Amino acid sequence: MTTASGTAAVSFQNVSRHYGAVKAVDAVSFDIREGEFFAMLGPSGSGKTTCLRLIAGFEQPTDGHVIVHGIDMNGVPPYDRDVNTVFQDYALFPHMSVLDNVAYGLMIRKVPTGQRRKQAEEMLEMVALGGFGGRKPSQLSGGQRQRVALARALVNHPKVLLLDEPLGALDLKLREQMQVELKAIQRRVGITFVYVTHDQGEALSMSDRVAVFNQGKIEQLASPTELYEKPATTFVAGFVGISNLLEGAAARAVTGTEQACSIRPEKIHLERSGVAIPADAMTARGRVSSILYLGANTRYEVALEGGGELTVTLQNREAHAEPAEGETVQLWWEARHLMRFAR
Amino acid sequence: MRSKQTQVSDRSKGKAGWGLKSAAWFGVLYLNLPILFIVLYGFTTDDASYSFPPPGLTTQWFAVTWARADFWDAFWLSVQVAFLSMLIAMVLGTFAAAAMYRFKFFGKEAVTLLILLPIALPGIVTGISLRSAFALGDIPFSYFTIVLGHATFCIVVVYNNAIARLRRSSPALIEASMDLGADTFQTFRHVILPNLATALLAGGMLAFALSFDEIIVTTFTAGQQETLPIWMFGELSRPRQRPVTNVAAIFVMIITFVPILAAYYLTRDTDDVAGSGK
Repeated sequence: MTTASGTAAVSFQNVSRHYGAVKAVDAVSFDIREGEFFAMLGPSGSGKTTCLRLIAGFEQPTDGHVIVHGIDMNGVPPYDRDVNTVFQDYALFPHMSVLDNVAYGLMIRKVPTGQRRKQAEEMLEMVALGGFGGRKPSQLSGGQRQRVALARALVNHPKVLLLDEPLGALDLKLREQMQVELKAIQRRVGITFVYVTHDQGEALSMSDRVAVFNQGKIEQLASPTELYEKPATTFVAGFVGISNLLEGAAARAVTGTEQACSIRPEKIHLERSGVAIPADAMTARGRVSSILYLGANTRYEVALEGGGELTVTLQNREAHAEPAEGETVQLWWEARHLMRFAR
Repeated sequence: MRSKQTQVSDRSKGKAGWGLKSAAWFGVLYLNLPILFIVLYGFTTDDASYSFPPPGLTTQWFAVTWARADFWDAFWLSVQVAFLSMLIAMVLGTFAAAAMYRFKFFGKEAVTLLILLPIALPGIVTGISLRSAFALGDIPFSYFTIVLGHATFCIVVVYNNAIARLRRSSPALIEASMDLGADTFQTFRHVILPNLATALLAGGMLAFALSFDEIIVTTFTAGQQETLPIWMFGELSRPRQRPVTNVAAIFVMIITFVPILAAYYLTRDTDDVAGSGK
């Protein structure tokens, strides 16, 4: 859905938001493309939610400019911005019916009653809640409230939809189902989605691009694949997936230099002693310190002889000769899978 | 129903002992027996003293009270004063609560205390200070000075109910409304006010009940006017037609009890502060 024109839906230009001495967002610049599913990922306090609130207009930048579809938003109040938000706790109006909740934005814009009822009902159909319009939000389950919040925002056809950890309050099964649905809805409506989450799985599975936030700055902005396969920093490697970071002496024992490096757990082969290993592979020897059986795969923690520890996951595709705890094993991986970090 | 009761008593570890039970009954009787006597003596045939047991029962005092113009004057004055005080309290109490909820400022705790003070202070202190304030300002005592006096403590119950409701509602509601295009006034009208409605109604009813039976502050702020409680107090010292006072008391009970009950039901499912008696 990305337009060829290349105009940014949202553009952060050297944006800072400081609270006294605390730099919640610190001189950040990036563009969100029109029509893309953009995730802002990071631990709590990393600045991702503040960035979202800067787009919504609940916060004003201390410095810099937030530009939405070419218009500088500095000083523009939330109600004059062509963006809508799905809030973390849904923030449905408890005294209104589901239909009135969805139609609220249309009512404020003075859309005639019949027309706004029709549009709200259509939107409820789209989020699979047709016929629920007469209920009160308190009569809905968490997943249903989530959909109402989505419908209430989307019915206004905003230029950008902001989602603030929208799946955080749902249980795991529902969360996975909603991830699929959100992605499908985003494709259908073609609106730019900006999605804040601390869950790397969510960010990877749904997004076109992900910005990883840390301490008010962006560590890396890339596609999910690139983020996982080529993390720019040790922070990104650790936050997205299991990092398997080796530093200092442990790194020297494996690679010959003290530069920090890591290998994703599923890239590592684990062999019991006496098995032939490709000549050009990188290798390490270690002792299995723990085994975690996870159904689809098994996770081994291996304490390396040169110091450090590596996690190895093996698919349980068929019964393989499983090493026991305490057994010494040989690890190897292809050199191209080794990730090196400047910091 | 049966099984539910069993469950509850199981959870609360058996029934209360006899000692606790009788103590509870003693407490209930101690609080409510005098009220029963007031009702009982509204029906006595003895018109000069309260002898026990009453020599006979009659309903004639209701007719007598009904026919007394001074009773009705006092009654309507009290209704009007209570209604006006309630209105003033609802407007000012809501604004005060909204401001205290929305803004942080230096001395906020002190202002909270100042708002709560009129109900915490003994009525006599409020009364004297109002009286001297009116005297200093050269304001003649009248119907309106009574209303002003009552409004000071009525604001508190409205404020308490409103701020409790505000604190419980998600601040994201206001942001959600603004996010959907509503400006400050539209947000107040479509989101904040409807959310506050039951809390305000409950606060207003309590304010009405508080004002209706108030006597101490009224004594200090009234001119020649007699509100119902003042009229009753004067009536007690007259030797004739004593049970008329009791009949009036039954009226007061009904008029104050109904709003308090209504306020209780309006805020029952919430953890609002329903208000405290003065």
